[in-house]
Amino acid sequence: MESRLRIFLLKVVCTLVLVGIFPGCSYLRVDDAPTDDAGPVISPELERRTITEADIDSEDFEVGAFVGVMSIEDFGSNVVYGARGAYHITEDFFAEAAIGRTEAGETSYETLSGGAQILTDSQRELTYYNISLGYNILPGEAFIGKGHAFNSALYLIAGVGNTEFADDSHFTINVGAGYRFLVNDWVALHVDFRDHIFDSDLLGKDKTTHNLEGTAGISFFF
Amino acid sequence: MRLLAAMLVLLPCLFPKGVLAEEEYFTVVVAEPYIELRTGPGRGYPVFHVVDRGDEVEVTKRRTDWFKVRTVRGKEGWAKRADMELTLTTAGGATQFAEAGLGDFSRRRWEGGVLAGDFEGGDVISAYVGYAMTQNLSVELAASQVFGGFSDAVTGTVSLVAQPFPEWRLSPFFSLGGGYIYTDPNVTLVDEADRTEEIASVGVGVRWYLTRRFLMRAEYRNYVIFQAKDDNQEINEWKAGFAFFF
Repeated sequence: MESRLRIFLLKVVCTLVLVGIFPGCSYLRVDDAPTDDAGPVISPELERRTITEADIDSEDFEVGAFVGVMSIEDFGSNVVYGARGAYHITEDFFAEAAIGRTEAGETSYETLSGGAQILTDSQRELTYYNISLGYNILPGEAFIGKGHAFNSALYLIAGVGNTEFADDSHFTINVGAGYRFLVNDWVALHVDFRDHIFDSDLLGKDKTTHNLEGTAGISFFF
Repeated sequence: MRLLAAMLVLLPCLFPKGVLAEEEYFTVVVAEPYIELRTGPGRGYPVFHVVDRGDEVEVTKRRTDWFKVRTVRGKEGWAKRADMELTLTTAGGATQFAEAGLGDFSRRRWEGGVLAGDFEGGDVISAYVGYAMTQNLSVELAASQVFGGFSDAVTGTVSLVAQPFPEWRLSPFFSLGGGYIYTDPNVTLVDEADRTEEIASVGVGVRWYLTRRFLMRAEYRNYVIFQAKDDNQEINEWKAGFAFFF
């Protein structure tokens, strides 16, 4: 008696399940999306966000500032400061734009003569800009102690630009070399030596002047 | 902003995995037998680690043709683009990195560059920006500084540039322009005053696509300066330089 009742009840439950009265238990009614009580049967291990190749942070640009000493031919040496920006085209080549400013001192004639002045104070101001192409000639790693290695590169650089000095513009060629030391991936320290070459007739006759500059700087890649 | 970014990168190191939300880096799966990781973004840096086939790496940044990747175990190194292009995305597709090529050169929109050369005996430095309206026709704005023996000058010109063969690697062009020239006679010549005059130019040149977004450019222009006081002056200008396009 009892077993017959059990069989009947099982039949009822089976029928209900098959017909789908209990949606939560039913495997037949797949078209019903689970609402709030049940999640998907298999949940993915982690959700993938749509990140594409284009989202990769590209760090080919570099901006920085520098300070150093610049010698103006016949006019002594003085502090020079300026800013630089660079674009790294390949691992070997980079293009650089720079601006700088310094002040001319006195020529030995002015110093010896006592009072004579060739230039006014405002004419002693020298500003330059240039655009150059650089080549990383000796890239490598530098070691500090036993546990630290830093990327670095010695580079050669040359370019053209303008030098404003003594109320006159001078077409200027610059050549030089520098050392770039990367503290981490995006901060670099620079030591740079340049020769700014331009023609000047300031002291009476035309001559090609060599104006040497040595600077130290810091730059950031972005 | 960089400090903030650096802190964001460093933060996960302070917390055990899973405490913070996963980082948003592009992830690839190594499909070749292995890829080499170098200590720096350059071919000369030593290989210090290899990532085996089937392992995932996160791409954290790119510099020129090198990609900084991080392995599952936290090793960070630089892999070259040729290797990265043989990896698969986590969805199983081929990885394609945005890279400008010759096709982008012929379809470029913006172009900018710097040239230097000779301006009728004087030196000239010139910077320009161009916008391509079609593949064959672009408008260019240029500013030049001229360093002459007797006077310095600044010019500003607008040109229409026609490029008949945009798909060529070495592609010739023709230009037609107009603008102004401001002449500043050198201080020793007292009888000359500063002056601004109209200028027109016709020119021919060539663009040479080098690599990535980089090209060389050389051109000749013949200028006519419409002078107020006497006959028009003709100027020959030769210059060469480099440019980028976007």
